[in-house]
Amino acid sequence: MELFVQQVITGLATGGIYASIALAVVMIYQAIDHFNFSQGEMAMFSTFVAWQLIVWGVPFWIAFFLTVAVSFVAGLFLFRVILKPIHDGPALSQIVVFIGLLCIFNSLAGTLWDFTVKPFPSPFPEGNIGSSLVSGHDLGMIGVTLAMLLAVYVFFRFSTMGLLVRAAAQNPASARLCGVRILWVTALGWGLAAAIGAVAGMLVAHKVFLEPNMMYSIIVYGFAAAVVGGLDSPGGAVVGGFLVGVIDNLCGVFVPAGDELKLTFALVLIVAVLMFRPTGLFGKRVVKRV
Amino acid sequence: MALLEVRDLRAWYGHTHVLHGCDFTLEEGSVTAILGANGAGKTTLLRAVSGMIRRSGEIRFDGQRVDRFSCEDIVRLGVAHVPEGRGTFDRLSVEENLRVAATARRSNGDVKGDFERVYGYFPRLQQRKSQQAGTLSGGEQQMLAIGRALMLSPRLMLLDEPSFGLAPQITRDIFHILAEIARNASASMLLVEQNAAVALELADRAYLIETGRIVMSGTSDEFRADETVRRTYLGY
Repeated sequence: MELFVQQVITGLATGGIYASIALAVVMIYQAIDHFNFSQGEMAMFSTFVAWQLIVWGVPFWIAFFLTVAVSFVAGLFLFRVILKPIHDGPALSQIVVFIGLLCIFNSLAGTLWDFTVKPFPSPFPEGNIGSSLVSGHDLGMIGVTLAMLLAVYVFFRFSTMGLLVRAAAQNPASARLCGVRILWVTALGWGLAAAIGAVAGMLVAHKVFLEPNMMYSIIVYGFAAAVVGGLDSPGGAVVGGFLVGVIDNLCGVFVPAGDELKLTFALVLIVAVLMFRPTGLFGKRVVKRV
Repeated sequence: MALLEVRDLRAWYGHTHVLHGCDFTLEEGSVTAILGANGAGKTTLLRAVSGMIRRSGEIRFDGQRVDRFSCEDIVRLGVAHVPEGRGTFDRLSVEENLRVAATARRSNGDVKGDFERVYGYFPRLQQRKSQQAGTLSGGEQQMLAIGRALMLSPRLMLLDEPSFGLAPQITRDIFHILAEIARNASASMLLVEQNAAVALELADRAYLIETGRIVMSGTSDEFRADETVRRTYLGY
């Protein structure tokens, strides 16, 4: 029993990682109505920027906020320069571009900073809290994720800009007929998603160490978390992240050979949720009359 | 001076030439109908005016050339297009649908008053204001589309087949409200309809379009009196 409780708590700590990534996934899904498969690599690249700044001697928090700002602007430009021309194109063209971006960011990071594993500092206290397996960093990460969730929730729920982002994603033609400058609104969504991804990347890097492939498995868990929680629900994504973290951890400990099957398990979860509850736990069912 | 003046309007879908040079005008405060059969180019004509598709020719709105303007900018001048298929934001609530349009108005003026005005015309929308818009019936979605256009506090409304897919009774209700909106002189209207009878009842003037060309123009009475129009489009 004690082992079980310990593993749940550890799972929650790992779940914080998935929750923050899932939040970025949901953000971009709200803005463009698609998954952005390059999301993880964008976050990884942002983290390298932060790492470089810290190596140059910039204090952690200044590097942190500078990276968030740079990522926001970069996300904005990524949309305006690369994605705008195919904005009206079919979903498949966009997905191919996302996969292309994934490869580009991965190789670019490898070229600039090589593939050796680098430690990434944490702004939170070292060591575990009391006798638990939860470290100060884990708690800090969960706190930051919840704060981001609150910000995203307020943005979509109460701000006019958030409303326009949702409208532009759901029905671009109609949004234009309401006078919404959708190309800027969508670009804003990209910027915000890139900024959230950057925060997630910087928090994750301390745990998994920084290298160009660090997001490889995490992004799968992030997608799983977003699907479990519901793609249009930021809160659902965060709950989904913690759920995936816990279940995944329990599976690793209690299922025979579970440790090797962990990633498989995330994929099984995606398929299962899509089969039985496609809207996720907290997603709104889209009812459409025909 | 005419509120809308269109000269030699041509439009394409990809390489397919759909409008072959249309000329028409619309007076301030009037309702003008564009009649024609399926595929004649009526929807295309509205889309060309509001800048949803590639077009050439001269379009003047209130004297200003707008044919090179983007769709958003034309809307922001006060041209509200109620599109074919109604353009509902399915996953937003009814009220959020209206709020989206309220952000791009010409003047920031009385948004609250405009909400009241829209809910006054369409009490059904008020009853369902927090409901997901995708769950509305076809008629209610048409009301929402007109309501969204009103939230832009428009000077000109482009209406694309408001009767499309609606039961005759609902169509009558909606045209009554459109007549009321027109009477209150809040906006001029360019109305595209297959249902020529209801359109002529609402409109002061009409144009007839056939395969991308305007072939006839006149007052609604002249249209009703015309033998060919009566047989082909009014069906009696």
